Amino acid sequence: MRSPRQPPFLARKTYRRRRMMDAARLLPLLGIFLFLLPILWQPRLTPEPDTVHGVVYLFGAWTVLVIAARVLARIVMTEPDEGGPDDRDEAG
Amino acid sequence: MIPFNILVAVCLIYVILLFVIAFAAERRARLGRVGWLRSPMVYTLSLSIYCTAWTFYGAVGYAARSGLEFATIYLGPTIVFIGWWVVLRKLVRIGRAQRVTSIADLISSRFGKSNLLGVVVTVIAVVAATPYIALQLQSVTLSFGVFASGAPEGWALPEGNGTALWVAGGLAVFTILFGTRNLDANERHHGVVMAIAVEAVVKLLALLIVGVYAVWGVADGIGDVAARIAASPIADWPLQPGRWIGLTFLAGAAVLTLPRMFQVMVVENADERHLATASWAFPLYLMLMSLFVVPIAVIGLSVLPEGSNPDLFVLTLPLAAGQEKLATLAFLGGFSSATSMVIVAAIALATMVSNHVVTPLWLSLRQGGARAPGDVRGLVLMSRRLSIAGILALGYAYYSLSGGSAALAAIGLISFAGVAQILPVMLGGIFWRGATGRGAALGLTVGFVVWIYTLYLPSFGPGGLLSGALLDRGPFGFGWLRPQALFGIEGLDPLLHAVFWSLSLNTFTFVFVSLLSFPNPLERMQGLAFVNVYDHGPGPRGWSRGGAEAEDLLIMAQGILGAAEAQEFFQAEAAAQGKADFLPETTPDFIDKLERRLAGAVGAATAHAMIAQFAVGAAVSAQDLMAVASEAQQILEYSAQLEAKSEEVARTARQLSEANEKLRDLSVQKDAFLSQISHELRTPMTSIRAFSEILMDPDLPGEMQQKYAEIIHEETIRLTRLLDDLLDLSVLENRKVQLNIKVANLHDLLDRAVQAASNTRPERTFTYHRDLPTEHIPIITDTDRLVQVFINLISNARKYCDAERPELTILVRKRGGRITVDFIDNGSGIPKTAQRLIFEKFARLTDTQRAGGAGLGLAICREIMVNLGGTISYLPGQGGAAFRVALPSRPESRKEAEG
Amino acid sequence: MGRQVLLIEDEPHIAEAIRYVLARDGWEVRHHGDGGDAMEVIRQVGPDVLVLDVMLPGRSGYEILQDLRRDPALAALPVLVLTARGVQHGPEGATRVMAKPFANADVVSAVNAIAGRGEAAE
Repeated sequence: MRSPRQPPFLARKTYRRRRMMDAARLLPLLGIFLFLLPILWQPRLTPEPDTVHGVVYLFGAWTVLVIAARVLARIVMTEPDEGGPDDRDEAG
Repeated sequence: MIPFNILVAVCLIYVILLFVIAFAAERRARLGRVGWLRSPMVYTLSLSIYCTAWTFYGAVGYAARSGLEFATIYLGPTIVFIGWWVVLRKLVRIGRAQRVTSIADLISSRFGKSNLLGVVVTVIAVVAATPYIALQLQSVTLSFGVFASGAPEGWALPEGNGTALWVAGGLAVFTILFGTRNLDANERHHGVVMAIAVEAVVKLLALLIVGVYAVWGVADGIGDVAARIAASPIADWPLQPGRWIGLTFLAGAAVLTLPRMFQVMVVENADERHLATASWAFPLYLMLMSLFVVPIAVIGLSVLPEGSNPDLFVLTLPLAAGQEKLATLAFLGGFSSATSMVIVAAIALATMVSNHVVTPLWLSLRQGGARAPGDVRGLVLMSRRLSIAGILALGYAYYSLSGGSAALAAIGLISFAGVAQILPVMLGGIFWRGATGRGAALGLTVGFVVWIYTLYLPSFGPGGLLSGALLDRGPFGFGWLRPQALFGIEGLDPLLHAVFWSLSLNTFTFVFVSLLSFPNPLERMQGLAFVNVYDHGPGPRGWSRGGAEAEDLLIMAQGILGAAEAQEFFQAEAAAQGKADFLPETTPDFIDKLERRLAGAVGAATAHAMIAQFAVGAAVSAQDLMAVASEAQQILEYSAQLEAKSEEVARTARQLSEANEKLRDLSVQKDAFLSQISHELRTPMTSIRAFSEILMDPDLPGEMQQKYAEIIHEETIRLTRLLDDLLDLSVLENRKVQLNIKVANLHDLLDRAVQAASNTRPERTFTYHRDLPTEHIPIITDTDRLVQVFINLISNARKYCDAERPELTILVRKRGGRITVDFIDNGSGIPKTAQRLIFEKFARLTDTQRAGGAGLGLAICREIMVNLGGTISYLPGQGGAAFRVALPSRPESRKEAEG
Repeated sequence: MGRQVLLIEDEPHIAEAIRYVLARDGWEVRHHGDGGDAMEVIRQVGPDVLVLDVMLPGRSGYEILQDLRRDPALAALPVLVLTARGVQHGPEGATRVMAKPFANADVVSAVNAIAGRGEAAE
């Protein structure tokens, strides 16, 4: 017999929030990736003019990062009551 | 064309407007209505001082010269901010926990509160800031020049150097007025932050409007702009991977280590959660600032005549089209970018100079000075003002030496590379417990020297500060030491070359020396506190035992924090310990808190040194540290609980022993009271009885009869007064007194009291010091009773002040709804043992000091104040006897007032 | 025979009253109002009788009395102690103790009585 099923809402919530903290920690890596990607295109070596594409790409990536940061900041900062114990294990 | 006078007038009006904003914000803050002054948006906008005139003018010039590379300067900070959870959050947390005052203070505090490190970082920051400030001077000078050259009536503009000098002087005065009007070093500059936030909006709007005008007014919308880009000299994107990565990294490093960024980001931060908003809002701001840079550059290149300075397209584009209002707006945008940077940078640097150079120097020069430092605040304020002037003078010197001709962005990058030298030590300090002060000092020094040699000195050009021969062939012919090709590595971009070598050698030295050296206990403790700042629970303490005299500490703290703040702090700490007076027990905990509080004003190193004067031998030892560290690691939770409990027990014990002592004193006093009553009654009775017997003698001459009758009369009055006092006291004690509540001006009440007290020892000349304007405060209370208290205190001072030239200072303060009035004389004060007893009945200190009263005065005062909902207390550490009367400016509730 | 009494009392009115009644009785009365330098004054004046208040500024009457009794030259000096605190607290070494308030006649007779005894002892 299984014990009466209790959807582990609280644990799930905490778990989700912790993963969002991971995401917040990893977001700058995504930023570095997006901002350094043009290096691989080697625009200097291509014959056609690239500045217009460059502008569109850079500002597009910038917008994506701003939105992502906003979403993550919101999630990470809510439920501060559960934040207490969590904060500890990520001290190092 | 806009006449020069009008342009200057516009600047002045703008500056005055900023002043008004700053002033209003400070006023609000003082009244405690911080509210939106400290909203996340204001915080984010204040961060925009990252965008200086470099951004406003220089970015377009940069784009016109090198295309998209200009964006790296904003991509780096974007990455840092979206990654706030990793570094910024920790910096802000540490900044708040340790009350850090500047980036130099952060480094100094982390590495054992070492003042040497504070000095090193200060020197780096000041030297690195000079090109940056020169850049602002150059841009404002250039923008004035634009208006001058285009003027048909040709108003005469002083040559470039003259304008720059005026701008530098004006900014210095402006910054001094703005940033050092009062010393709230540890508290935040609400006014400045608010003004900066407004400037952020002005420069963003100005740039956006010029951009919109360029795209839709000059060009034909987005499609046309895209076509123009494709046809422009920067159509191809000459991306150099090295510079792209290097500059992005450099900008990211600079946003963390620039002193002014640290000031607004960490020191002025009011709430850690504001970072969460700034994490996306600040990158958004940067993106908007960059949005029209390429269009403006391209349109400027295609429309304006060849050879126009691209750094000024933002101005010349609207001017060329005759859009004078728009040009003026752009000019204001540039002006506000430059001023806000200079203000905050100068404030941040001046704080560092005064905390890490001037104050320690002054304290060490004064023999035994730190024990009773007197008014440090005046010194600090003065040194900050001088530092601001000095920093601007250095910026001006750089401007005139470098000729004021280089591209704005190139100058800015020199500064970036300079402050970036702090990055390895900063990150090492907050993430690596093994980092040591010796490593940090050597690493910083190596990085700084290499930066100076490879970038800063060559920036003045061949024949500037380094000879052309040295640049070409190296010093003494050592080719491998050529400033721009160290170790024979040639062909590298000079900036990249300098950044690469300075930061690598810096980091290498820092890590290597740290691995080999051994930190002292304080350093290890601070390392633990920094790296593990997220750990809750008590951190290790810096003081293993207390032992200093609380009164000495109070006197010192008053010199640094100011009297009111120091007293408030001591009183709050005493209350937290369960003590009723102004002086807390000097437990290690308390000393630690006090040190941190002082550190907020004068920096960690100085604060530590000052406290160490009083708590000799109490500094933490290696054993203490080991014990704390292992406990803190293993049984953190448990020890936190224990700590709380034992603290509770200690507090209760302290209260108990205090109560006990008081009880013992009271029972002694009860006996004394009866005997006193007897004495006080018997003395007048003796005279009365003796003289009435004498009067019974029928042979007594008439004039004697008259005289003796007068004596009897006098003594009966004295007796009556005593009985009245006793009755008054008993009524007051039973809270049965009828209060007669009236509205009055406190100033008038004090006047009345001074007047009434003047017949106490009228033969003595007695000087009053009062600050009349502050006394005009409306108060609703039982004014007669309050005046009775004042009279009592003033007559006491007149009676007992034993100074040769007795003086009484009356200080009125209003905080929130409470009014405090301090009465401070210049006599020898009341000994500590007696301070607790003076408010008891008949507690005239000694019989040597009897002067006609029955010793009930202060007891009655105390009861009156209780009835008025206030307090009266003895204020230690003021140099003489000092009493503080505190009461609400209006009755707190009807019930209490009547009850 | 100059009968001299030294009165040490800080309350001016009480001092005046005592001075009056003793003078009327034929005593030469010297008065001093401070406890601090009382011993010097006593040595200097060399009175036949001392009238000493207990509550004095500078130094209490008890302390002065102790010093007196320790000083061989003054150990035998007759002393009338005046106290406002009840006679039961009468100090060691006083020749006589009198509580305030007192009848004037009692002071005069007490001074005369102890003066006589003092002279007899000499």
